[in-house]
Amino acid sequence: MVSIAVDNDHSAFAAQPTAPPKLRVRDLNFYYGGFRALKNVNLEIPEKRVTAFIGPSGCGKSTLLRTFNRMFELYPEQRAEGEILMGGEDILTSRQDVSLIRARIGMVFQKPTPFPMSIYDNIAFGVRLFEDLPRARMDERVEWALTKAALWKEVKDILHQSGNGLSGGQQQRLCIARGIAVKPEVLLLDEPCSALDPISTAKIEELITELKHDYTVVIVTHNMQQAARVSDYTAYMYLGELVEFGETDQLFLKPRQQATEDYITGRFG
Amino acid sequence: MSDARTLASNANPVYRRRRRMNAIMMTVSTLALGFGLFWLAWILGVLLWEGAGALRLSLFTQMTPPPGSDGGLANAIFGSVLMAGVGTLIGTPVGILAGTYLAEYGQRGWLAPATRFINDVLLSAPSIVIGLFVYAVYVSRVGHFSGWAGAIALAIIVVPVVVRTTDDMLKLVPNSLREAAVALGCPSWKMITMVCYRAARSGIITGVLLAVARIAGETAPLLFTALNNQFWSSDMNKPLANLPVVIFQFAMSPYEDWHRLAWGGAALITLLVLGINIAARSLFSRK
Repeated sequence: MVSIAVDNDHSAFAAQPTAPPKLRVRDLNFYYGGFRALKNVNLEIPEKRVTAFIGPSGCGKSTLLRTFNRMFELYPEQRAEGEILMGGEDILTSRQDVSLIRARIGMVFQKPTPFPMSIYDNIAFGVRLFEDLPRARMDERVEWALTKAALWKEVKDILHQSGNGLSGGQQQRLCIARGIAVKPEVLLLDEPCSALDPISTAKIEELITELKHDYTVVIVTHNMQQAARVSDYTAYMYLGELVEFGETDQLFLKPRQQATEDYITGRFG
Repeated sequence: MSDARTLASNANPVYRRRRRMNAIMMTVSTLALGFGLFWLAWILGVLLWEGAGALRLSLFTQMTPPPGSDGGLANAIFGSVLMAGVGTLIGTPVGILAGTYLAEYGQRGWLAPATRFINDVLLSAPSIVIGLFVYAVYVSRVGHFSGWAGAIALAIIVVPVVVRTTDDMLKLVPNSLREAAVALGCPSWKMITMVCYRAARSGIITGVLLAVARIAGETAPLLFTALNNQFWSSDMNKPLANLPVVIFQFAMSPYEDWHRLAWGGAALITLLVLGINIAARSLFSRK
């Protein structure tokens, strides 16, 4: 296994993740125009575990997440340098169509983003991009994804109504269902609960714990309790640098860096 | 020092000044509103008053008459609908696709900003210029006025309106929706057609309806292109009757019958434009 190393002076790392890495980030730098938002980030995301990125606003945690599926490429002034390896292939320089990479690395956003179509079509939309399923198989897939996202019972009788009619929490679970319906390997969650009430948040957190049996989950969150509750590994970031990365329990109970301790105990940030 | 009780009372001079200012602003803006509405109501009132007499069934069934005899506007209505229809059919796809380019693909480089600027110029170009343009490049070469020339001139007016609304409406589609589609591995053409167009649908249709309303009453571009035709014709290669030019000719004539028909045509166009605007508005607000 490749050891984790960073080029900052302080050694940032706790115990080596025991699960094999799914994504390996090497010397990643990210630029918004002239502004350097990520500074030599090195990190390994363990497979079929939940990894949380925490840190104050503007620390680069969402930016890091958005490099994993090359979402930043939609915006001409943004660019990334370095390597992100998945199965030995560099995501950033891959000659593969970026659509294929994104099909393997799904993403759920901060605000629920149901498409302006029926609940059924919201799920089927992504599936149809890569699979030509007969109607019955598609029905099965839609039910499977909605069940997995703990939404099936609530929507099974209104599958052909607009997704916009659901509540915020339901919409977000719909987006998660849409993301897993295409059967990705990695699921990126960008503050998925920040627009939700506590009950919906609890449901989604349960769901995340459920999802890690099949998927590698990476979650960005502002909420440290949430990171502590749902994640196996946590990365603390500050000003574009990865300050500390390790098992969640370790990071929260016995942080190695003073900066991490200050942040999680609320003395800063 | 004044205590809280005097601060929150009617005697407080700051409060009274604010109240007075509020009353003045309210009065001025209400007067401005009334001023605008007054002229609009007058125009509509005169049109309906004068046109109501002509709005009979014969208006839709009989041809434009020679002076002194009875008739209708059937050929002109048909010609107008035909040319506006063809103009819209030509202009709409071009406008929607160009607007899509501006909003979705034109983030990089100078082409989109330059096109947007020129489009805005075209949007406010006097329609007589467009009529003359089509006359110069088409009518004068073919050698005669025709329905096609009229339809092309109208299409040129439709394009910038549709480009502008499509561009604006697509820009209102939140980027998060695009990101969500792209994050599923969706290619951009599919994202645009399946997600963005759906999200912006009512806005884009509204734009097309407003373009139709705009060309329904255009006179100048047809004067140089389709000209007019006294008889029933559906031949797009021949001069074609149309409401605006008929209104223009009949209203300038010394004949009482023609005046009446001109009023009828004017009322008809106004009602049509009003109807289209109401339809566009209700469609957009239903969103």
